Amino acid sequence: MAETITHRSLVLTYFALMVLLAITVGSSYLNLGVFNILLNVGIAVAKTVLIMAFFMHLKASGALVRIFAAVGFFWLMLLLVLSLSDYLTRG
Amino acid sequence: MAESPVAMQFDDAAQQRQAADLGMWVFLATEVLFFGGLIAGYLVYRVLYPDTFGAASQHLDKILGGVNTVVLLTSSLTMALADQAAEHGQPRRLRLHLGLTGILGLVFMGIKFYEWHKEWVEKLVPLRTEPFIFTEHHPEHAEMFFNLYFTMTGLHALHLLIGIGIIAVLLVWSWRSKAHLSAQIRTTGLYWHFVDVVWVFLYPILYLIK
Repeated sequence: MAETITHRSLVLTYFALMVLLAITVGSSYLNLGVFNILLNVGIAVAKTVLIMAFFMHLKASGALVRIFAAVGFFWLMLLLVLSLSDYLTRG
Repeated sequence: MAESPVAMQFDDAAQQRQAADLGMWVFLATEVLFFGGLIAGYLVYRVLYPDTFGAASQHLDKILGGVNTVVLLTSSLTMALADQAAEHGQPRRLRLHLGLTGILGLVFMGIKFYEWHKEWVEKLVPLRTEPFIFTEHHPEHAEMFFNLYFTMTGLHALHLLIGIGIIAVLLVWSWRSKAHLSAQIRTTGLYWHFVDVVWVFLYPILYLIK
């Protein structure tokens, strides 16, 4: 709980975000079929995890704050998975 | 280490900080669902009209969008550094990084307005009073794409403008008084980084996926 995020890890997070952004933009010039979508969404999720863990202090926060941070995304998952499981499986 | 004074209802500074974080995350959960609803709607239309949505997305400038992503991610770094400066009680460093964050926010808005202007000139803004010109595939489906695009980027920009306003107020407070602003800066940081996260999703789904 008392642990705080160091200056070094903030800067490293930033460089990791830049690398991920470069991969996303680069992949848009390649035709990978369905993997374009999976890669883009996967990278967006990875960036979000980095931003939330380091910039938004979740790595140094207790379980209660982490649960509060996760619930919105959990509900959003229900919305997206249930909606798309309908539209993606229509004949 | 300079801490904000502890209010009487809290045992210590850590508990006070946790209460502020919890409150902000509750608000951000509503924001996740607010933008999430729009993203879900967008994805459903994208599944229904994949060809037209793919073609419409080619009309957006992914280089400018990418530059804006760099600007916003950089502003998140400076915000995190401002947060750290406030926690360590370094007012000069706090004002420097807070100022940079606000300026980067304004740069993002400038590039965004330039993009919107380009789309306006290309007659891609779906308004009743203006002709909407899209010659490939189904123009009525492309109109839906641009409706969703302008709604999502518009609401994102509105959030960013509110963030810039809050940062301006915090800068004035930091100049005027010696009060500890670490709690306010930390909470503002959570909001700022969240607006960044929204853009992290909007950029690939609107600009990149063909």
